[in-house]
Amino acid sequence: MLRNKNKLMLGIPYYVWSVIFIVIPLFMVFYYGLTDKTGAFTFENVSAIATYEHSKALWLAVKLSIISTIICFFLAYPLAMILAKYAKGKSSVLVMLFILPMWMNFLLRTMAWQTLLENNGVINTMLSFIGLPRMTMINTPGAIVFGMVYNFLPFMVLPLYNSLEKIDPNMINAARDLGANAFITFFKVTLPLSVPGIISGITMVFVPALTTFVISTLLGGSKILLIGNVIEQEFSQTNNWHLGSGLSIVLMIFIIISMVIQSIADKDGEGSVL
Amino acid sequence: MKKFMLALVLAAMVLSLAACGKKSENGKVVVYNWGEYIDPDTLEQFEKETGIEVVYDEFETNELMFPKVAAGATTYDVICPSDYMVDKMINAGLLQELDFDKIPNAKKNIGAQYWAQSDQFDPGNKYSVPYCWGTVGILYNKTMVDEEIDSWNILWDPKYSGQILMQDSVRDLFAVGLAKNGYSINSTNEDELQKAKQDLIDQKPLVQAYVIDEVRDKMIGNEAAIGVIYSGEAIYTQRENSDLEYVIPKEGTNVWIDNWVIPANAENVENAHKFIDFMCREDIALKNFEYITYSTPNEAAQKLIEDEDIKNSPIAFPDLSKYKLETYLYLGEDADELYSKLYKEIKSAD
Amino acid sequence: MNKILRRLYMALIVIFMYAPIGTLIVLSFNASKSRAKWGGFTTKWYVSLFKNDAIMEALWNTLAIAGIAAVVSTIVGTLACIAINNMKKKPRMLWMGVTNIPMLNADIVTGISLMLLFIALGIKFGFMSILVAHITFDIPYVILSVMPRMKTLNPSTYEAALDLGASPVNAYFKVVVPDLMPGIVSGFLMAFTMSIDDFVITHFTKGAGVDTLSTKIYSEVKKGIKPEMYALSTLIFITILVLLILVNRTPADEKIKDKAK
Repeated sequence: MLRNKNKLMLGIPYYVWSVIFIVIPLFMVFYYGLTDKTGAFTFENVSAIATYEHSKALWLAVKLSIISTIICFFLAYPLAMILAKYAKGKSSVLVMLFILPMWMNFLLRTMAWQTLLENNGVINTMLSFIGLPRMTMINTPGAIVFGMVYNFLPFMVLPLYNSLEKIDPNMINAARDLGANAFITFFKVTLPLSVPGIISGITMVFVPALTTFVISTLLGGSKILLIGNVIEQEFSQTNNWHLGSGLSIVLMIFIIISMVIQSIADKDGEGSVL
Repeated sequence: MKKFMLALVLAAMVLSLAACGKKSENGKVVVYNWGEYIDPDTLEQFEKETGIEVVYDEFETNELMFPKVAAGATTYDVICPSDYMVDKMINAGLLQELDFDKIPNAKKNIGAQYWAQSDQFDPGNKYSVPYCWGTVGILYNKTMVDEEIDSWNILWDPKYSGQILMQDSVRDLFAVGLAKNGYSINSTNEDELQKAKQDLIDQKPLVQAYVIDEVRDKMIGNEAAIGVIYSGEAIYTQRENSDLEYVIPKEGTNVWIDNWVIPANAENVENAHKFIDFMCREDIALKNFEYITYSTPNEAAQKLIEDEDIKNSPIAFPDLSKYKLETYLYLGEDADELYSKLYKEIKSAD
Repeated sequence: MNKILRRLYMALIVIFMYAPIGTLIVLSFNASKSRAKWGGFTTKWYVSLFKNDAIMEALWNTLAIAGIAAVVSTIVGTLACIAINNMKKKPRMLWMGVTNIPMLNADIVTGISLMLLFIALGIKFGFMSILVAHITFDIPYVILSVMPRMKTLNPSTYEAALDLGASPVNAYFKVVVPDLMPGIVSGFLMAFTMSIDDFVITHFTKGAGVDTLSTKIYSEVKKGIKPEMYALSTLIFITILVLLILVNRTPADEKIKDKAK
């Protein structure tokens, strides 16, 4: 074998790269987040999350992303089951059908929803054509949830599909042979075996949904402020990097908590999408 | 399947690398301007006439532009901030004095009244050259609004719930709230600002969206009945949708000037001067006016306008003495912070 | 009954996924510049697309950045995998932890942190800053797709190659790398895809005059999307669709695909 030491040397480009571009930048966020304009230490930027506007933006982001995650889960699970069961031989075609939209630019797709949901948009035109009253859909929290579900659904489908596909059909057959009905088989065999996929799917939807500022800008008409919007604005408009970094620290804490929950529930790392 | 995709990806890469790498002999000029705020033909013409490559970048609001320039990670050569922002940038030491000997067209073509106006925020006219000016007013759709509009109060009328578009930038939003109450749009009085904020929060349920440039598309597409808009957009939108009407409310509003400036850290100062001078040429100013329909302070260009309707248009060239108008002033750091704080409160309200 | 329900369910989700794409395609044939109005059928946007320098440049930038970033991160990431795989448990956990940071962290925080770093180092924003940022978030995808293959490697093939007289480096390239290939290829493709689709991180690290398609679209959304953009996305969609159909129809490729699994 290549000598072990030489092998470790192969990683040098990565060690250097990740220290400079991953670790140090994070320290910079902490540095800005924990200092004020004069450079003195302060906890104010982090505790600023407690002010009404910020805590409301965080709470709204948490609420909308939880709702989106739940909707994604209930939409994706049956789909993943169907795909895992019926799409095996020709899996690539059917599965590709659900991955294909991801290759279109997500901003364009989200923007297309604007056209569909608008007051004079396609859906409302159709509604009024069949004599139903028009609905206000765009620029509401509902529209944001809609956009989140749309954008992140494949992130839920794929890990679920991967873990469901791995289940040995003999396990299910065995359960049926032993007298379990379809319901019991599902809850006692299929569901527990897909837990890694579920957890991975949930984090893959929840984290981007929690932190987005794009979807809320495009579908919320700038009327709805999520924590992502607040942070983005601190950097790009108000020019208060300290506050923006402080709020980013809070966001990271939230992400770390959800990661810890994931790693406790998924010790073997089976739920990986890759 | 994977190999196929791999081949595709590699082919795309080679192609894209081959496409890169154009250079021009006389260097470049990096321009940072508002979105849709220039006739692209004039940029091409500039490149052709001078051999200088134009690198063009756009911003949406003064507030979005400022941090980028202040951070210094991108160096621009020419920027087009509004009045109060010019003042703020001068104060922050971000601008350099212009060499007017290199911009002969500026003093020759731009009207004295505009220099006088810009003296408010650029004392002595050292740092900036006026590019466009206009007012902030109300654009409404005559088929959806059957009354005469002459006041900001219409924006609080529950009849138009969900049909109102407001501007998504601090000063323009507050200007409406302040003017409605008869306060100065440059107010730094906390009580007045609180009142304006409360009014804007009360108004929020009626507002369809806070927008910047989208207001144009939405008004043309009958998505909304009433929108707060810059006067320059009015002519353009009327051209596309003849049901639209622009008014300056009687309580008064903002009259603004956007100006060419050169930032202190510019790398191509010489080219930047050439660019500004080129933009002040009457034929170029005319071209830009016809394309973006924002009022030009270039009097030589004004004379060249052929369309009599436009030339005498009360929207493009209003009689300013008829209205109560104010230019935004830079209000200092404390006031800036107060404005941003209250703005955030409006945006996060229900 | 069950079958009908199943089909119906899949159909509904397909409609949900493809409705906006259909909208984009329809809009690309709309003669009116505003997306709110139908102005009749036209194909003129497909012609003007190729004359629109700004969009074409954004397209090339997107491809070049995604391509270079994917190549660099594949090389760096694969080497790192070999190294990490040979580490003792503690350092391995440490480096895998570092690898996970950009994967798990919010894009907005990654973007901001890189922006702060670039500004502190005085790096000018432009093509290079976007490229560096993309390589940074691409490497973890490569590592995470190569790592599982690493674990299933059979060390005896490598030793056999050595016994047969191959030099260690030679043996590595002849025996180990081919075994890793499926992981490397999917890591590369993953990196490329992530890079193409990224908006948030590019948004914070881009400079004047350098746009990727994502940032270009974002700025256009604000001031009204140019119809040429719809034409471009229609073309991209059709290209991918046609390729997928072709690939799935060809039996020879079927084998490659099965092998790649």
